[in-house]
Amino acid sequence: MFDGYTFSELTSILAMQGFAGLILFSVFVLMALGLAIIFGQMGVINMAHGEFMILGAYVTYICSNVFSTYLPSLFGIYFFVAMILAFIASGALGAAVEWTMIRHLYKRPLDTLLATWGLSLILQQVYRSVFGAREVGVTLPDYLLGSFQLTDMVEVPINGVFVMCLTILITAGVAYLMFKSAWGRQVRAVVQNRAMAGAVGINTAKVDRGTYALGCGIAGVAGSAFTMVGSTGPTSGQLYIVDTFLVVVFGGAQSLLGTIASAFAISQSQSTLEFFLSGSMAKILTLLTVVGILMLRPQGLFSLKIRR
Amino acid sequence: MVRKIEDKSGLLSSLRRKLILGMAALPVMAMSPLAAVASDANTTGLAVTDDEVTVGILHSVTGTMAISETGSVQAEKLAIEQINAMGGVLGRKIKYIQEDGASDWPTFAEKSKKLLVNDKVAAVFGCWTSASRKAVLPVFEQYNGMLYYPTFYEGLEQSPNVIYTGQEATQQILAGIDWVVKEKGAKSFFLLGSDYIWPRTSNKIARKHIEKLGLKVVGEEYYPLGHTQFNSVINKIRLKKPDVIYAIVVGGSNVAFYKQLKAAGIDLTKDNVTLLTISVTEDEIRGIGGENIEGAYAAMKYFQSLDNENNKAFVSAFKEMWGDDIVIGDVTQAAYLGPWLWKAAVEKAGSFDIDKVRAASPGIELTTAPEGYVRIHENHHLWSKTRIGLAKKDGQYDVLYETEELMEPNPFPEGYQ
Repeated sequence: MFDGYTFSELTSILAMQGFAGLILFSVFVLMALGLAIIFGQMGVINMAHGEFMILGAYVTYICSNVFSTYLPSLFGIYFFVAMILAFIASGALGAAVEWTMIRHLYKRPLDTLLATWGLSLILQQVYRSVFGAREVGVTLPDYLLGSFQLTDMVEVPINGVFVMCLTILITAGVAYLMFKSAWGRQVRAVVQNRAMAGAVGINTAKVDRGTYALGCGIAGVAGSAFTMVGSTGPTSGQLYIVDTFLVVVFGGAQSLLGTIASAFAISQSQSTLEFFLSGSMAKILTLLTVVGILMLRPQGLFSLKIRR
Repeated sequence: MVRKIEDKSGLLSSLRRKLILGMAALPVMAMSPLAAVASDANTTGLAVTDDEVTVGILHSVTGTMAISETGSVQAEKLAIEQINAMGGVLGRKIKYIQEDGASDWPTFAEKSKKLLVNDKVAAVFGCWTSASRKAVLPVFEQYNGMLYYPTFYEGLEQSPNVIYTGQEATQQILAGIDWVVKEKGAKSFFLLGSDYIWPRTSNKIARKHIEKLGLKVVGEEYYPLGHTQFNSVINKIRLKKPDVIYAIVVGGSNVAFYKQLKAAGIDLTKDNVTLLTISVTEDEIRGIGGENIEGAYAAMKYFQSLDNENNKAFVSAFKEMWGDDIVIGDVTQAAYLGPWLWKAAVEKAGSFDIDKVRAASPGIELTTAPEGYVRIHENHHLWSKTRIGLAKKDGQYDVLYETEELMEPNPFPEGYQ
């Protein structure tokens, strides 16, 4: 397939393809981080993860409309406001859901699957009733459109770079929260041994609610960011859920580092395969590889070494 | 009908005789012609009374397809309301029963059976995806119903129980490719689609046609439905440098594809690349955003901006009924044709009977169609013109070209399979 192309054309295409893989990697990490916290740390199978993301997307949509109508002079910065609001909205909804539903189901992880799946259907219909069945378009500020022209051939999409920066920022934030802060120590203690953590005076119920809200809030930010690259409709969340679970399970459910490693492995193999094969074939091969590796290593790439 | 009842039951007939005696003062003679019309117009027990006829509307208003099918429901309701305002069909007002297919194909089959068997509807306006149509087809054929199907689709089908009011693939594809070759001097094409039957069949026809013209297809790619990452294929397009990107991406993937194309610096408003699509109507542009698809070309039979009297009246009636911010795409207009074509066929047949309506259908013309003039072909598809639109930032198309002649529907194109 490379006949008749010059060396410089090929290198620049490879460079751009590498970058496409990195963007896919960032998207995967952003999608999966929230779920990794909820599923990995709490053992809750959150099927409504996609809908929490779409809540963030709709918050962004509302913000874009409000700003363009009432505050056109500040339109340039609305996206940042929208992401913060998306975090708050999804996080608040997450906390409410945890309080009303999830906390009664901690001892029945498989039931959380059904309950959150029901929740996802309810949320979809709510979005449909409120925003209409049609997809909505989110207008972006001009500086987020287009691409950086690095050389004649190499162009890098600006929104891709934006998603990458955002991912790095959020990952760093989560890493700090989890591994450096007092709250993170409590979360890890609860994950490792709930009864003992309770015995030493950690309010496990409060930690659970906070963890769940954080996971949902990150999903909201992800949804907000994805309005740049994807669609915003009542059922758009469903487009992400399979890939998200794939990344988290493959990475090893309890390890945040594993999630990142698995996002990297899956995104790079998928984007390389997509380039050499067709899109559908690439997906099939990626899935087959993941299934194969999970058969050999059911706990995923990384697993937490703790005494059971 | 009257005789049937008498034959069945002597009791009823004697009761009837007494009644008639009692009503001797009534102008019995004057009533009988009306009774005769009723029995002629409906000999198969459809839900038709002297002043009402029941039809079905069967679309998804929940689930993933609700995005697309909502417009069709609105169009069909508008047409029915307008027909009723004009006095109905054969003097009967249309009453509709709406069922929700819920984006689930077995549900479509179940609901269509309910409409035909329980409700005995005289016609059904509905379905959107080919999958839903394939699911209801056996039901319509078994219980002899009549379906008016609005979507442009891949062809390769012709049922006595379906009238296809959208275009089949060759009508949309051939004219579009001929135009882009003539106007843009296109020599090479990159075919791209979502991975299911419609894009695959359509691209097969497109490839055959392109190769017949002696031109080149430099790539053909399919992505799963709902795919949201198109950066790899965009790089491939960049490497192959086709004159034309021929895109049949559907649903949420559409939004991702055009946003990423724009972000990757492939500017459709510039001359070095032409994007031609057959899957993006004004409806889809609302989700994609006009600024992301500005400069793309679409080949289909209807655009909201069509400049003719029929269409102006249609657009304003539509907006009056459903709100000013609504947009009307190709399929929505095709759905609007359904009730009108059915009305014309019923009136030509003088009967609601499915068999008579079917026999009367070929040759039915509609001069009031928003798209202009259409006529039903022997093969149950419509003769219609194909048009090329240029997408604008405000989400509408500029109509640049329309075929001079009506395109003949050819659902089984020889040499294209």
